[in-house]
Amino acid sequence: MPNLSYHRPSSIAEAARLARDDPDAKLLAGGQSIIPSLKLGLLAPSAFIDLGGLPELRGVRLEGRSLRIGAMTSHAEVANSPEVRKHVPALAHLAAGIGDRQVRNRGTIGGSLANSDPAADYPAAVLGLGAEVRTDRRAIPADSFFKGLFETDLGRDEILTAVEFPLPERAAYVKFPQPASRFALVGVFVSLTGKSVRVAVTGAGPCAFRVAALEQALAKRFAPESLNDITMPADALNADLHGSAEYRAHLIPVLTRRAVTQALA
Amino acid sequence: MSSTRAPLIGQPVERKEDYRFVTGTGQYTDDIVLPRQTYAAFVRSPHAHAHLRSLDVAAARGAPGVLALYTGKDLTSVGGVPCGWLIHSIDGTPMKEPKHPILAEDKVRHVGDPIALVVAESAREAKAAAALVEVEYDVLPAVVNPATAAASSTSVHDIAPDNICFTWAVGDKAATDTAFARAAHVTRLSLINNRLIPNALEPRAANAHYSPASDSYTLYVTSQNPHVERLLMAAFVLGIPEHKLRVVAPDVGGGFGSKIYLYAEEAALVWASRRVGRPIKWTAERSESFLTDAHGRDHVTTAELALDADGKFLALRVDTIANMGAYLSTFAPCIPTILHATLLAGQYTTPHIHCQVRAVFTNTAPVDAYRGAGRPEATYLLERIVERAARELAIDPPELRRRNFIRKFPYATPVGLTYDTGDYEATLDRVLELADVRGFPARKAESERRGLRRGIGYSCYIEACGIAPSSIAGALGARAGLFEAGEVRVHPTGKVTVFTGSHSHGQGHETTFAQVVADKFGLPLEDVEIEHGDTAKVLFGMGTYGSRSLAVGGSAIVKAADKILAKGCRIAAHLLEASDEDIEFRDGAFRVKGTDRSKSFAEIALAAYVPHHYPIEQLEPGLNENAFYDPPNFTFPAGSYVCEVEVDPDTGAARVDRFTACDDFGNVVNPMIVEGQVHGGLAQGIGQALLEGCRYDEESGQLLTGSLLDYTLPRADDLPNFLVQTVKGTPCKHNPLGVKGCGEAGAIGSPPAVINALLDALAPYGVRDLEMPATPLRIWQAIEAVRGKR
Ligand SMILES: Cc1cc2nc3c(=O)[nH]c(=O)nc-3n(C[C@H](O)[C@H](O)[C@H](O)COP(=O)(O)OP(=O)(O)OC[C@H]3O[C@@H](n4cnc5c(N)ncnc54)[C@H](O)[C@@H]3O)c2cc1C
Repeated sequence: MPNLSYHRPSSIAEAARLARDDPDAKLLAGGQSIIPSLKLGLLAPSAFIDLGGLPELRGVRLEGRSLRIGAMTSHAEVANSPEVRKHVPALAHLAAGIGDRQVRNRGTIGGSLANSDPAADYPAAVLGLGAEVRTDRRAIPADSFFKGLFETDLGRDEILTAVEFPLPERAAYVKFPQPASRFALVGVFVSLTGKSVRVAVTGAGPCAFRVAALEQALAKRFAPESLNDITMPADALNADLHGSAEYRAHLIPVLTRRAVTQALA
Repeated sequence: MSSTRAPLIGQPVERKEDYRFVTGTGQYTDDIVLPRQTYAAFVRSPHAHAHLRSLDVAAARGAPGVLALYTGKDLTSVGGVPCGWLIHSIDGTPMKEPKHPILAEDKVRHVGDPIALVVAESAREAKAAAALVEVEYDVLPAVVNPATAAASSTSVHDIAPDNICFTWAVGDKAATDTAFARAAHVTRLSLINNRLIPNALEPRAANAHYSPASDSYTLYVTSQNPHVERLLMAAFVLGIPEHKLRVVAPDVGGGFGSKIYLYAEEAALVWASRRVGRPIKWTAERSESFLTDAHGRDHVTTAELALDADGKFLALRVDTIANMGAYLSTFAPCIPTILHATLLAGQYTTPHIHCQVRAVFTNTAPVDAYRGAGRPEATYLLERIVERAARELAIDPPELRRRNFIRKFPYATPVGLTYDTGDYEATLDRVLELADVRGFPARKAESERRGLRRGIGYSCYIEACGIAPSSIAGALGARAGLFEAGEVRVHPTGKVTVFTGSHSHGQGHETTFAQVVADKFGLPLEDVEIEHGDTAKVLFGMGTYGSRSLAVGGSAIVKAADKILAKGCRIAAHLLEASDEDIEFRDGAFRVKGTDRSKSFAEIALAAYVPHHYPIEQLEPGLNENAFYDPPNFTFPAGSYVCEVEVDPDTGAARVDRFTACDDFGNVVNPMIVEGQVHGGLAQGIGQALLEGCRYDEESGQLLTGSLLDYTLPRADDLPNFLVQTVKGTPCKHNPLGVKGCGEAGAIGSPPAVINALLDALAPYGVRDLEMPATPLRIWQAIEAVRGKR
């Protein structure tokens, strides 16, 4: 690992200033993505700005009809939060299925979203629930947050502070794990809120995306059978050792049907 | 002074070694830090195949903390990594044996091939400096696929222009062909035995030290056989006197074969330690392990089985291409030949077998023994083709096997082995019962109600273990003996230290061997300590692999213990004023037969070391004996496995739902350790069948499965609760313990059971074949292919 400086700011403003002043510095959350990249030599930041000393970034709060989850809330905290389990059990289930126990205790929702790994789980939920991403300077709707492979709408020195999840009537997340890494080979999040249906897919493209055809079919009737005749085109989907584009295209409606079944259960 | 106690042999005694392992007080190679320690890093080839045009090491040499930097040019006085087996081709010519340089000379031949060694004050500085070495490559096309290597216009080595290392065969070809000509039915099968990457928990590591005071070297290393490492390193690589090199293999965290071999890194460290004048340590990173540990399997095979109208096997014809990788690793040529083709009779009376093996070089990491080594490849093809034949002939698969079982022993196979004993029907009967095969239809119906397809598959394996009689091994091309050595040292107080040439890296020797010796002398387990892994302590050894530790190493210890007792009897006769013949050792004491006069084991030990009243004219003082044991034959563990899988046809995901194993390992010393060995073997075998598959890019030769993100090791939740039972079977007839070996069985017997079960589950779709690892993607593709949708 390279030599680098370490900062532990005690306010968001200080963190923002440190980030602004050093373009080669990196924010550090749970370290579960950034430390491996560092060790593999894929990254050589000048400094870490550790967000671990900012309690205001941590925790789950019910605010009216939405759930606010601080950026530094760990996957384990989300999985075990009584509020999340009560109001959006699908989200608790998703968090409980990330990595292993160690990863869940360190990794954070903010880190996962800022990283936007194409196979990460949280992006499916953020997109699938139509959440809003809060930063130190603005609110970003989920639909314009994910921009591409490891790319988001966040500015270089912008700090993700929280995510606001509207409470759905029904929701479910079904993940088909890549056998080795157990990230999502394909993961599908579905939600029903009033008349609005959202279907968000992770693992299959450069970043999480919604599938209009599936949403429209489900908006007519929110039932697994509504998807019986729908096939997905494979072009532009990811292909690797563990899944061809065709396989991923096949899995998307299969997993969506299962998610709908679960959401209705 | 003696007490009768229940024998320890046969008891599930808790492992003595586990205290230090679970409390984190084991001593692994990386834990050892010597005074004035330095650290090494290797510059490795990023290309699969390239000429080295130039190397610029100036920046690296000048980097902070760097003490020395060596390249292939510095090592011209040093030999290459030697190969321990010599195989001859059918035409009588010896195998092509290209030099395997310690550091690349003019060419690199696989990704990860070491080019330079950097020694620095810290591991971090060594690694940073290694990154500063500038190498110019002329990149060459890479030979990657073993199936097409012989037809490639690129040669990995000049001395093997067609990339063929050897073409070897065993069995009577004419008789086999004749049998095929009159067969009622012929079953054919093409398959690939997928390449595996061992992934021991502890990566390879070494720490080499030269002492000018004694003009000698010490090497701490992750080795399964320190004496062989010393012999090869001293005599063949470095040309230093054998007695001036001490090799210590301390606690080793798993090997599975991958730590049998002499590796280039270890030799480089020993060589450099004298020049640097300080100890040098290197511990592989996991990525280096993926690239440079010897891999396993990698066969491309076609097989044909001839049967008569009653389903009796008439002949088996096998043609295999075996990938050797870029260089010949220590045992590599023997794996697809001696340890593979000779096992093709399996448990069956097939009278004619012919197997041809073509070994090829490719621009991939060397391939060598990996848990089972050749025998899993043999078992996989045999048990797959037998089950396919059963399906084609509509005979129940266990029934087809039953019709062909060997029932008379000793049995000489048509491929060179003689099985001493076995009872295949017994393990098959037992496993069918344990697995509740009768209840399968009900379970299948229940799965179907959940939208899942259930299948059942069988496998009846045999393995040749206790490797091996030296004379047979020598005739088959081994360049070394394959005996084992042991020493029993009784201390003046009657406590015992036992030295064994075999090596424990997870197998539990410290417990199992202590049980054997404690029973021998009627001592409590705590009075016996087992030492292994240090050439300065242990007289000699051939190490641990091929399930040989107890069968060969344990037998050597028994022989040495018998010598102790024989000498003890003579001492006792003197002290008890009886004749030698009147003394017997029973229940922990030397007794005058038919009297109550006796001397305890401890009294005799003391008398041997305080020889005041002692037959000093006839007998040396002391109580310490050595023995070497060379077995007259292999041992032949065998068993029957039943696997049940559930497949989700919509996603292709498969899960092993039930796995039942019934093994005949002969006598069992510690049933808990044996069960653990079977569990581990099954995990690796199921891993091979469903999860693990090493993949190189066909064009570039880059390792695509170079980390745990892409190479799928089995995890606990990938596996069911195993139902494992050993039958009180047929003890080995030719070793004093009647033991056969159990370390590899699970990995040998399970892959075909899993694939057979999957094919049973998928039969309704018309799927007839599946490659390992049968990943969800592959299963889905297999279903789609026959549906003709794609
Ligand atoms: C073994 C293993 C298994 C895993 N399995 C899964 C899995 O199954 N599913 C899954 O989704 N993920 C998985 N992960 C990834 C894990 O969820 C990570 O925790 C997550 O991707 C990153 O979160 P982090 O808090 O660790 O962020 P870090 O690694 O600390 O940071 C990641 C990136 O985000 C930036 N960042 C962090 N916080 C902020 C912020 N508040 N504002 C702006 N930028 C920020 C950092 O600068 C960095 O670039 C796995 C990781 C490991 C090591």
